[in-house]
Amino acid sequence: MAPVQAVLEGSAPSARVEDQRAPVVEARDLSLIFQTPDAPVTALSDINLTIRRGDFVSLIGPSGCGKTTLMRVVADLARQTSGTLLVNGGSAEQARLDRAYGYVFQAPALYPWRSIERNIMLPLEIMGMSKAERRERAARYLDLVGLKGFERKFPWQLSGGMQQRVSIARALSFEPALLLMDEPFGALDEITRDNLNVHLLRLWEKTGITVIFVTHSIPEAVFLSSKIVVMSPRPGRILEVIDSDLPTDRDLDARETPEFLEIAHRVRVALRAGHSYD
Amino acid sequence: MTDAVLGGTAVPSVRNRRDRDGAVLPVLTVLAVLLAVWYVAAVWLNAPQVTEKLNRGGTDWGVSELVAGTWAMERPVLPAPHQVAVELYDSVFGRPVTSKRSLVYHAQVTLSATVAGFALGLALGVLLAIGIVHVTVLDRSLMPWIIASQTIPILAIAPMIVVVLGNLGFTGLLPKAIISGYLSFFPIAIGMVKGLRSPDPLQLDLMRTYSATDAQTFAKLRWPSSMSFLFPSLKVAIALSLVGAIVAELPTGAQAGLGARLLAGSYYGQTIQIWAALFMSAFLAVAAVGAVGLVERLLTHLRGGRL
Repeated sequence: MAPVQAVLEGSAPSARVEDQRAPVVEARDLSLIFQTPDAPVTALSDINLTIRRGDFVSLIGPSGCGKTTLMRVVADLARQTSGTLLVNGGSAEQARLDRAYGYVFQAPALYPWRSIERNIMLPLEIMGMSKAERRERAARYLDLVGLKGFERKFPWQLSGGMQQRVSIARALSFEPALLLMDEPFGALDEITRDNLNVHLLRLWEKTGITVIFVTHSIPEAVFLSSKIVVMSPRPGRILEVIDSDLPTDRDLDARETPEFLEIAHRVRVALRAGHSYD
Repeated sequence: MTDAVLGGTAVPSVRNRRDRDGAVLPVLTVLAVLLAVWYVAAVWLNAPQVTEKLNRGGTDWGVSELVAGTWAMERPVLPAPHQVAVELYDSVFGRPVTSKRSLVYHAQVTLSATVAGFALGLALGVLLAIGIVHVTVLDRSLMPWIIASQTIPILAIAPMIVVVLGNLGFTGLLPKAIISGYLSFFPIAIGMVKGLRSPDPLQLDLMRTYSATDAQTFAKLRWPSSMSFLFPSLKVAIALSLVGAIVAELPTGAQAGLGARLLAGSYYGQTIQIWAALFMSAFLAVAAVGAVGLVERLLTHLRGGRL
C-alpha cells in the first residue's frame, strides 16, 4: 500500500498532496436530524469526508456519535436532511440500486431456515445468477472465510464467530467494490475477534476492496485501518481523521510496536478532545 | 472408546424408556378415570327410568339389577362407554361403506366438506394477510370486519348462507365448504399477519441493501418467516373447518354427513347413535390435525430441524 495522504477536506485541502485514487464516498456538509416526539436529535452534523478506492476506513467513537447512522446514509438505509453525499460519483440510492456495496450488520442476520450455502446464495438469487454460478461462488467465499465443509449446516449449528464469517462471505459473494461493516465483531469474544481481524486484514489486502468499518474498539480500529475517523456525540460530528501507515503484512504482534501505540494514542487524544470520556 | 460406545447406547435407551413411561402411563390413568366417571354418571342419569321399569316389573330387585339396567338401555339418557364402542364398531366395520347407516360413509361426506372448507379458508386467510401486511388502507379497513365476522354465532349465520346459496342453485358441498371456510379463515389470517410481519428490521434492511423488489422480499423473507406462525394457525383452522362442516349439515336437512347423523339421532332419541357420531368426529379431528402436524414435521425436516 502506498502511504495514504490525508484527504480530510474542508480544513485545508490546498496544503495537502492530491490523492489520485477515485473517491468512493464523498460527504459534503452532511447533516441528519431525527424528529423525535420531544425534541429533534442531531445525529450527524456537518460531516465532510472523502473515502477513496482501496481505503480501509474505521469510524470510531462512543455510542451515539452517529457512526452507524453515517454508514446507513452511505448505504441508503437512512437519508440526510441536508448536505450532499456521493457514492461512486452518484447518489447513495443509485449505488444501492447498482448493488455497489455489501453490508455486514452487527448481528449475522442469517436466515435460520436456509442452510449456510443457501444463506450465501441469497443475494445471488436476488440478483438473478444461475444456479451453477451461485454454487461456485458460495463454495469460493465459504472457503475464503475458512468455513469450507459447512455448506449443509444451518445457522444455529454454528458459533457466533462462524455465523459472522458466513455473513461476511454473503456480503462478499456478489463481489461489491465497497464493504460496509457495522461493528461486525462487537458481539464476539476477544479471541475470536482478534482472529477475525487478521482474517479481514488479509482479505482486504488480497482483494483491494474499499472497507468502511464501524467500531468502538481503539486497538481494532488501529490494527485494521488505513484511515481512522474519530467521531464525537451530541451532535454527531467528525473530530479528526488520522492516517495510519502500519506495514501491510502486520499481524497481531504489531499491536505492541511503538508505531501502533503512537497511533492508538493519537486516537485516544482525539476522543478525549471530543469529551468522549466525560 | 468403550465409554463412548456405552454412552452412545445408554443415552437413547434411557430416553426411550422415559418416553414410553412418560407417555403411556399418564394417558392410561386419565382414560381409566374418565371411563369410571362415565360409568358412574350413566348409572346416576339413567337410574330414574330403570327404577320405574323395575318397579313396574313387580319382582324384587337390588343394586346389581339397577346397575346392569342402566348400562344396557336402548335409549339411555347417557349411554355406557361399551354401548357407544359397540355402536361405533358396528357402524364403522359392520356395514358396507356405501350404506347410509355406515359412519365411514357419513365421515367421508363431512371430511370432503371439511377439506374443501379448509382450502377456501386457507386461500382467503393468506390472501387477506398478504393484503393487510402490504397495504396500509387494508390494514385499517379490513381488520375490524375480520374480527366482527367471528363475533356472529355460526349457528345463526349458517342457515342463511344455506338458504341464499340454495336460491342461487348451489347445494351440496359448496354451502358446507363456505360455512366451514368462514370459520377457518380467521385463525389463518391472524396468524399470517403476525407471521408476515415477523422479520426483524435487520433482515428487512438486508433485503434493502440487495435492492430486492417487494415480491422478492415477500418470497425470500416474509413468507418463509411466517411458517412458524402458519402451522399453529392451521391446526386450529382445520379443527374449526370440521366444526363448520358439521354445523353446516345441521340446518340443511342434509341426508348425509356426521351433522345429519347427529340430527337424525336426536330426532329419534337415538343417544347411542349420537355419541358414536360424536366420537367419529373427534377421531376425524385428531386425524386432520395430525395430518397438518405431519406436513409441519416434513417442512421442519427440510429446514434442518427448526421451523
